[in-house]
Amino acid sequence: MSNTMTTDNWIKVAQEADFATDVGGCIKHHNKHIAIFNINNRTEWYAIDNICPHKGQNVLSRGIVGDTDGEPKVACPLHKNAFLLKTGQCISDETTPGVRSYEIKCENGEIFINLTT
Amino acid sequence: MIRHNKKNIVVIGNGMVGCKFCANLIDQDEENQFEIITFCEEPRPAYDRVHLSEYFSGKSAKDLELKPMEWYFANGITLHLEDAVSKIDRANKTVFSKKGREIEYDTLILATGSAAFVPPIPGVEKEGVFVYRTIEDLDEMMAYAKNCKSATVIGGGLLGLEAAKATKDMGLATSVVEFAPKLMPRQLDDVAAHRLLQLIEDQDIKCYLNHITTAIEGDGKVEKMTFKGNDDLQTDMVVVSAGIRPRDELAKECGLEVGDRGGVIVDDNLLTSDPDIYAIGEVALHNNFIYGLVAPGYQMTEVVVDQLLGKEAKFTGADMSTKLKLIGTDVASFGNFEGTDVEHDTVVIDDPKKGVYKKLVISEDNKKLLGGILVGDASAYANCLMMYQNGTDLPENPMDLIQSGGGSSAVLAMPDETQICTCENVSKGDILQAMEEHDCCNATEIKNCTRAGSGCGGCVPIVNQLVKAKLKADGKDVNESICEHFNFDRIEMFNRIKADKIKTFEDLLIKHGKGSGCEICKPAAASILASLWNEPVHRFHNLQDTNDHFLANMQKNGSYSVIPRLPGGEVTADKLIVIGQVAKKYNLYVKLTGGQRIAMLGARVDQLPDIWKELLDAGFESGQAYGKSLRTIKSCVGQSWCRFGVQDSSGLAVEMENRYKGLRSPHKLKSAVSGCTRECAEARSKDFGVIATDKGWNLYVSGNGGMQPQHGLLLAADIDKETVLKYTDRFLMYYVRTADKLTRTSTWLNNLDGGIEHLKDVIINDSLGICDELDKQMEYHINTYECDWRAALDNKEFMKRFRSFINTDETDKTIQFEINREQIQPKMANV
Repeated sequence: MSNTMTTDNWIKVAQEADFATDVGGCIKHHNKHIAIFNINNRTEWYAIDNICPHKGQNVLSRGIVGDTDGEPKVACPLHKNAFLLKTGQCISDETTPGVRSYEIKCENGEIFINLTT
Repeated sequence: MIRHNKKNIVVIGNGMVGCKFCANLIDQDEENQFEIITFCEEPRPAYDRVHLSEYFSGKSAKDLELKPMEWYFANGITLHLEDAVSKIDRANKTVFSKKGREIEYDTLILATGSAAFVPPIPGVEKEGVFVYRTIEDLDEMMAYAKNCKSATVIGGGLLGLEAAKATKDMGLATSVVEFAPKLMPRQLDDVAAHRLLQLIEDQDIKCYLNHITTAIEGDGKVEKMTFKGNDDLQTDMVVVSAGIRPRDELAKECGLEVGDRGGVIVDDNLLTSDPDIYAIGEVALHNNFIYGLVAPGYQMTEVVVDQLLGKEAKFTGADMSTKLKLIGTDVASFGNFEGTDVEHDTVVIDDPKKGVYKKLVISEDNKKLLGGILVGDASAYANCLMMYQNGTDLPENPMDLIQSGGGSSAVLAMPDETQICTCENVSKGDILQAMEEHDCCNATEIKNCTRAGSGCGGCVPIVNQLVKAKLKADGKDVNESICEHFNFDRIEMFNRIKADKIKTFEDLLIKHGKGSGCEICKPAAASILASLWNEPVHRFHNLQDTNDHFLANMQKNGSYSVIPRLPGGEVTADKLIVIGQVAKKYNLYVKLTGGQRIAMLGARVDQLPDIWKELLDAGFESGQAYGKSLRTIKSCVGQSWCRFGVQDSSGLAVEMENRYKGLRSPHKLKSAVSGCTRECAEARSKDFGVIATDKGWNLYVSGNGGMQPQHGLLLAADIDKETVLKYTDRFLMYYVRTADKLTRTSTWLNNLDGGIEHLKDVIINDSLGICDELDKQMEYHINTYECDWRAALDNKEFMKRFRSFINTDETDKTIQFEINREQIQPKMANV
C-alpha cells in the first residue's frame, strides 16, 4: 500500500470481521458496487468493480476466488470469465474487457478503499 | 359403384408398406386428386411387425398399431378389413374381393407382402407347429404355450431369432435350429455370427447349427424333431421361421410377370409388366432381389407416390443396413460388410470375453468406409452409417470410430461441418483448424481463438472431448489434470480424499496440490467432500459456485431461483397454495419445470432466507436445483390411477427421490419412473430410469436428454423394487466414485471401458468386489441426509451472507424486472 497517498482519498467501507475468508463481498458507495475479496485468511485484500463487463451484471463478488500462476483471480458466476484481482484484467476471454481495480487497505480491523485509483 | 372426378388408387394389402404408402400419398396429395381404397385380409389395420416380439413383453395389439382406424376415416381412405382381393381383371381395370366387392381402379398397388415360408418337412401339419408372422399367429402360440415347457424355432435368421425371443419370453426352454453353419447368414460374417451365437447361448437359448430337419414327430401333436445325421430333439412346440415367400398368387393369376423363385418383377419405376400396376415391399422383385426389410419398402412407397404426382423418381436399389436388438444383444450391419468384389482393408475389434465384435470394411486407400458389422455394442452405428452414406472421409485412425463405445472418439469421427457451438456457429472443422494453426490445446485457448463456448458455455465439455481426442490421435500428451493446482484427475482426487480421510479443501491442497485453488478444482473437491462425508454443502461455502454458496441457482440478471422438492412430482392442494402465496408475496415469476416441479424465479439474495423459511414451515424442503446432485424423479400416475399402469410408478418415484435426495455427484442427476411400457415419464432419457413391466421393473441407466440425447441402456429387466433400489444405489455410487468432474452419466458410460456389460458385471455380479462398499456408502448417505436449507437457516454465521451489500441494508436496485405475459422477467442492462 502506498504511503504517499493522502488520507482524504481513502474511504472507510466496512469492518474486517464483516468479510468471510476466501470469498467476496460487495459494498455500495453512492451508486457504485465494489467487490471486495479477502484472500489467504486476511493477509491479502483486493477491490474491483462488481459489474461483469461481459453481460453487465453486478455479480463478480459472488464468484469463486482462486489463483493462476500464483496471481489471485475471481471467476464470474454467470459465465466463468476470470479476472485478475490485482489489475482487473480478464484472462479467460481476450475480447471481454477488464474491470477497474482499486487500492484497498486494512487498518485496525477497518477496511478502506481508494476509488480515485 | 359411384365414380368421382378423382382417380381411384386401389392398394392391395394393408401391412407396414401398404399403410406407409397411404400415409405418404395423403401427405403429398395437396390437390386431393386421389381416392384411396385399400384391402386388408387381417382383422386389424397395419401394425408394427418389426417389433412383434414386444407383444409378449407387454405391448398390446393396439400399441403396435401404426395408424388407428380413425386416421383412415379422417383422411377419407376406404379400408376394407378382413377382406382380401381374390381376382384382378386387368382388361377392365377392376378388382374383386372375397366378400363380393367389385372396385375399378386407375392405378393398382400390390403391397401384398410375404408369407412365412414353410418347408415341406414331414409332420409340419401337426398340432403345435406355428409360423411367426401375424398377431393371430402370436395369439395361437401363446394359447398353446400354456401347456408347453419347451419350444424350438426352425431358422436362425433375423425373424427366427425374434421368434426365439418370443418363446423365451413365454417362459419356454427355447432352442434354435439352423441348417446353415452360422446364424443370420444374410447379415453377418462368420466371426460376428459366432459372437452372436455366444451371446444368445448366454441367454439360455440353445442353438443347433448345420441341422437339417428331416421330420417333426409325435402322436397328433409335436413331441420331437429329427435331423439328418444329428440326435433327435424333444420339444413341445415348433415355430417355423425359415424365410419368406412373396405373396404373388394374385399377380400370377392375372398374368403379370413373376420371378422364377417368386416375386412380382418390377422395373426402376416399380411398375410391373402392366403400366397401371405397381408392386412395392416384399412382394416386389427388383433386380432379381427381394428386400426383406421394412426400410427399403418405405423407400419404394416414396418413389411410387412421386410418380403418381408426376415427379421424377426411380428406385435404384436400397441400403440393407440394419440395427436391431436381438434377444438383448445389439446387432448392426451396413454396406458391403464382407468387402465382396472390392479391394479393401478391414479394421477389427474382437473381444470374445465381453462379447463384442466390431468390423469396419474400408477402401484400400483408407479413405472411405465401405461397410461394417457391430455385434454386442452398436453404439457406433449412427456415426458409421452417417460416414458410409455421406461418403465422408474417414478419420486418420479408423479404429477411433469403433473404440470404447464411440465416446470421445465418436466426437472425432463427426463430419467437420458438425456445429459444436451453436451460439457462435463454430464447427468441428473450425476447432480443429484452431488447434492446427494456433496450437490451441485446451478449451480456453479454443474459446479465445474461435469464440466457441463464449456464449452459453454448454458446448465446453464437447470442445474438451474433441481437443483431447484430437491430441491423443496426434500422439500428443493429453493433460488429464483437473487444473494447475492438482496434477491428477477427479477420480484420483476422489481416491486420495477417501484414502487420507481428508475433510477440508485446505488439507487437500497442502497434502496433494499447490497454489490456492480455483473455480475448477474447488467445486470438484467440494462435491467429493460432500459425496464422501455427506456434509451439508454450506460447510464448503467458499469452495462453491454461487449456486451452492446461496443454495439457489443464479439467473442471468443476478437474481436467484427457488425450487422446493416435490418428490415424484406430487403436490397437495395445501402446499400448492403456499407456493402461490409465497410467489405472490415476493413477486416471483412462476413456471413449471421440465422435471415436474414448480420454480419461482427472481428472488434477490436478501430475500432467499425469508422465502425458504416460509416454505420450510409449510413442510417443503430444498429441491437442490442449484446443485450437482439429484434433481427430480419424474413419474406418471401409474397403476393407482391409469387404466394402463401395471405398477405404482409414483410410489416408487417418491421413495427413490427421498432415498437419493441431496446426493452430491460429478454432475446433476435426473430420473423418472414410468408405470407401463408407454413410458409417459420419459425414463429412458434420464440418468437412471425405471419402467414398469408385468413382472416388475426394468432399470435403464445413463440416458440423456440434453446436448447429446441418448437413450438409457437396460441394466436389468423384470426386477423387483428391492433390486431396483440395490442396483440404483450401486450405479450411482460407482458413478460418483469414477466419473470425471462435470461428466453426465451418459458420457461417463460411453467412455467406460467395456460399456454397459462392464457396468452390469460390476453392479450385478460384483466383479470388482466393491458392491459391499458401495452399498455402505449409500446407506451412509441416506442416514445422514439433511435439508441444506434447514441446516443453513439454523446457522447464524451462514445467514450473514444473504445481504446485497456488506456495508448497508439496502437492496440491490440494479436487479430490475419488467412485465411480460403478466409476470416479471429480468430487465437487462445495455452492455
